[in-house]
Amino acid sequence: MPRGRHGGVVKPPPFEYHAPATVDEACSLLASLEDAKVLAGGQSLVPLLNFRLARPAHIVDINRVAGLDRIYERDGGVAIQALARQAAVEDSDLVARLCPLLGAAVRLVAHRVIRNRGTVCGSIAHADPASELPAVLLALGGHVVARSTRGERAIDAEQLFHGVMETAIGPDELLVEAWFPASPAPFAIVEESRRHGDFALAGVVRAADRLALFGVAPTPVLADPRDPAKGLQPSGDLEASPEFRLHLVRVLTEKAFAA
Amino acid sequence: MTTRWFGERVPRVEDDRLLRGHGRFTDDIDDGALESVLVRSPFAHARILSIDVTAARAMPGVVAVYTAADLPFGQTDLPILIPHPRLTHGRTQRCLASEVVRYVGEAVVFVVAESRSVAEDAAEVVQVDYEQLPVVITPESAARAEHLVHDDVPGNVAAEMIQEAGAVEASLASAPRRKRLHFRFERGAGSPMEARAVWARWSTAEHKLTVYDSTQSPTSIRGGLAVLFGLPESNVEVIAPDVGGGFGPKIMLFYPDELLVPFAAMKLGRPVKWTEDRQEHFTAVNQERGQVHEVEVGFDEEGKVLALDVDFIHDAGAYTPYGIILPIITAAQVPGPYRVPNYRVRFRDVYTNATPTSPYRGAGRPHACFVMERTLDAIAAELGLERAEVRRRNLIQPDEFPYEVGVGWQDGNMVVYDSGNYPALLQKALTNLGTRPSGDHVGMGLGMYVEGTGVGPYEGAHVQVLVSGKVVAATGIPSQGQAHATVWAQIVADQLGVDVADVEVTGGDTRRFPWGVGTFASRGAVTAGNAMAVAAGMVAEKARHIAADHLEVDPADLELVGGKVQVKGSPDRGMPLAAIAVLANPVRYAFGGGTEAATQFTARPRPGPQLHEGEQPGLEATGYYSPPGSTWAAGCHAAYVRVDPQTFRLEILKYVVIHDCGRVINPLVVEGQIEGGVAQGIGGAFYERLAYDDEGQLRNASFMEFLMPYATEIPAIEIDHIETPSPLNPLGVKGAGEAGVIPVGAVLASAIEEALGIPITEMPLSPLKLFELSRPS
Amino acid sequence: MRVNGVAHPAPVDPRRLLSDHLRHDLGLTGTHVGCEHGVCGCCTVLLDGAPVRSCLMLAVQAEGHDVTTIEGLAADGAPLHPVQQAFHECHGLQCGFCTPGFVMSVVGILAQHPNPTADQVAEGIAGNLCRCTGYASIRRAVTRAAELSKK
Repeated sequence: MPRGRHGGVVKPPPFEYHAPATVDEACSLLASLEDAKVLAGGQSLVPLLNFRLARPAHIVDINRVAGLDRIYERDGGVAIQALARQAAVEDSDLVARLCPLLGAAVRLVAHRVIRNRGTVCGSIAHADPASELPAVLLALGGHVVARSTRGERAIDAEQLFHGVMETAIGPDELLVEAWFPASPAPFAIVEESRRHGDFALAGVVRAADRLALFGVAPTPVLADPRDPAKGLQPSGDLEASPEFRLHLVRVLTEKAFAA
Repeated sequence: MTTRWFGERVPRVEDDRLLRGHGRFTDDIDDGALESVLVRSPFAHARILSIDVTAARAMPGVVAVYTAADLPFGQTDLPILIPHPRLTHGRTQRCLASEVVRYVGEAVVFVVAESRSVAEDAAEVVQVDYEQLPVVITPESAARAEHLVHDDVPGNVAAEMIQEAGAVEASLASAPRRKRLHFRFERGAGSPMEARAVWARWSTAEHKLTVYDSTQSPTSIRGGLAVLFGLPESNVEVIAPDVGGGFGPKIMLFYPDELLVPFAAMKLGRPVKWTEDRQEHFTAVNQERGQVHEVEVGFDEEGKVLALDVDFIHDAGAYTPYGIILPIITAAQVPGPYRVPNYRVRFRDVYTNATPTSPYRGAGRPHACFVMERTLDAIAAELGLERAEVRRRNLIQPDEFPYEVGVGWQDGNMVVYDSGNYPALLQKALTNLGTRPSGDHVGMGLGMYVEGTGVGPYEGAHVQVLVSGKVVAATGIPSQGQAHATVWAQIVADQLGVDVADVEVTGGDTRRFPWGVGTFASRGAVTAGNAMAVAAGMVAEKARHIAADHLEVDPADLELVGGKVQVKGSPDRGMPLAAIAVLANPVRYAFGGGTEAATQFTARPRPGPQLHEGEQPGLEATGYYSPPGSTWAAGCHAAYVRVDPQTFRLEILKYVVIHDCGRVINPLVVEGQIEGGVAQGIGGAFYERLAYDDEGQLRNASFMEFLMPYATEIPAIEIDHIETPSPLNPLGVKGAGEAGVIPVGAVLASAIEEALGIPITEMPLSPLKLFELSRPS
Repeated sequence: MRVNGVAHPAPVDPRRLLSDHLRHDLGLTGTHVGCEHGVCGCCTVLLDGAPVRSCLMLAVQAEGHDVTTIEGLAADGAPLHPVQQAFHECHGLQCGFCTPGFVMSVVGILAQHPNPTADQVAEGIAGNLCRCTGYASIRRAVTRAAELSKK
């Protein structure tokens, strides 16, 4: 986490607050407002506000939008709408039946208390390189649906993640749904973190013979299970050097494919 | 007196209030207070060229903005809390820096506003112009003195001290075997769950300053504020309300806010409060643990230590407000429970451009323990002996007490162990540890320690029986979770023959008890506990005398049981304590509560003045206990661990503790202290690190990156104990607060070394560190 | 919004955090603030019965919802809630600062798993930091709380 002003900063900076009641209203706001951020679960955004590392002029709180929290079956996979909480996905029978890989992954996200508010779509839109759900979307070959006043479009996982916390979602677009194909067997998600619930130092997602890595590149990346570290140039931080990350990628891939 | 409560697992009287959410922590107090924020240096070393607060002052909602120039005490250096003749170049900071800043987090400007949000908004527009200066961060680079932290401190050395017991040079030279070792410890932090907070109000009408402070020594803060503001001490009240963990960082005194908040309250005529935030806490609050050791040991073929030469550098940080207590403790504690016939220790306390250091649980002892334990492990490895056997051969035996080590202690006395049974600790630990689990990459670790506890100068207590029969007691020292209210109540209840539930204890409130030192260094039970026993004993004595007069018996024939003073063996011949409390205060005017019994026309036992010479009214007493010297607790920890050879993840398979803190007042409380201490030890050994970069920036100042262990990282711990009572105090108790943390690093290092087959000579560790250590270089 | 069953007017300042609103606007200081970035758990309350971090919610977001704080578990003078009672019996608190957050989290755990396995206990308390106890007594308190809750 980047340094703030060395303390004394824990209250959000001033912003204009908007709480639209419909998706259309939310999209209108995003189209007309300069420098707006969407607030869904808040588990990633609010800490940034508290530290004043994010200083949006406008907050568009979509939690009042009705009917945007469904988890439903679509095209043989599972669609997770924007306000479906991670905890709901964790508890969903549909997810357990159709996409147990997603169920397993969501259990690795932080702690239950965070998952009670955090959303799957929010995690994907936030695109932290060390988070699990973007990698699962990539490994499964899913897509997201982005809506704006200009219409709606699907963005495939492979086109979605551009860089560290950067996605193809435009500033006037609202991520309304993430779609995960049914998870094939065998599947696995294996990560190594310092403490229970922490961001992963490195992680791998296996969906049959597809492999996606997280925590080792600016975005989740697809990799070759036979040589998962090939072409990787992971960064180093306090808990993992680039070499250690490469080492973990090999170790975790071996574990994921051992079954 | 009864012994009904001493030694019992009495559930805590504090719990109900805290569990209902009715605790009162300093930030809980608002009372219309203005809120404040400190603007701190973002640089580790810089000259301040200018400070511009005009924009901040002009912001709506801002009430005042202070720089050093605005403070009457702006050019006064904060005190050196514990001066020492060897601290030849002690330096302290000023409340607000105006010339040079020497660590990230040093306070520069104080902003007071109607709300915290506004104070933060204003703080953002304070303009400070800095000219950066070269930085020294590691103790090694500080000792090389490429750059100076203080221009007038040559070599960055605040203090140097050499002590020798025996003749080390000669005995090293003649030793059959010699070995050199190097150990390195990085900084760590206490990090209590409640960050610091201060609230103050000045009452012009009463000419009184009231301060709530999340501190471990309200009496010291009160003394300092009285001196600073030129007030009589009786006009300054300092209260530590509920405190959410101390662990040492809150015994550092006169943090700038502790002066600024009362000052602003007095100046502005409104209450003012300040609450630290977590990120700020990391660099604003004192740290500890940074040391580098060079060791040479001489030993024989039996593994007996003949000579030990230790030369270490202690990382003081940018200033030395706490003097050289930490390196003194390390120097004194290296020999531990072992016979070291020739011991020399030299330390240099060096300045670095980082947060100042002062005690954090263990306070120099974890380093000392690590050095000795790893040295013995190295001896064992070289001679092919069992690690436990080498220890056995070097342990001080039970018939050797009192045992003089030959070096000085943190209270100005020499180190003299008063009682203990070290071989029994080791034996029991090994027995409880049991057989090694099967599997690969499993290692065993072992660590023994002694702990000097119960330092003086003194503590005091006031105990009073009210006319209702309820007992109130007070002492100067505050609790931060150690269950003082329960434990002191047990002591008092035993002396007075009442129920623990009938004793209400107040600590850390100068309005209730104005004298005392503080809660630190595992001293509470020894000092305040014994003071409670003294005061309660005096009350019991007085009660017997008053009852003896009225019952016409000899005081020696009376006992205190069940809330009464009665003739021994004749429960029907007695008086309730409540009645004695009434009689203890002869009155003119009855005011209910049974006080008619003490008025002029009631029957009197003897003629003459109703208060005899030297007698005081009331069934109350104030007593003090001043220890002759520290009393020495000890213990042994042992563990089995497994290290995953691929991920280098640590799994603690079994962890056993055998401790000896003398007589135990409340085993529930002691076990809790040990479990908490071990958890901090595990955290400090494998998870927590203060990651300073070369520019002196702390790279992990948040709970996301400073990795305090959750429950999933801490295994169950098995605790057993022996008791070697202290001969030095009437209760026979020794301190226990820090015991859990002291040997953990040594134990885990030893176990990991065995599990992975790589030498471990530093703390802390991590999977990354183990990965790097295990690569061929 | 409703807090502990009592209706309160909606908070006005959108940048007011729920934790600060509870503590300083409503005077319910039992909820504590330890880090304000969602890691320590001291601020945990129940939102419509489920544990959430109040430091990660804007107070305005709680409008229309039911918030339960530590003060809402047992009325003044009434016996302790089984979870509170269990913490007391098992010495599950020392300084008490993390305790309300733990208690509310455990209420949430037991609502999800009335008979939690050791793993579910471990998982359930894994998101709260305690610096005093070393957690063993808290694990015991969760198991004891499950027992007491059945009575």
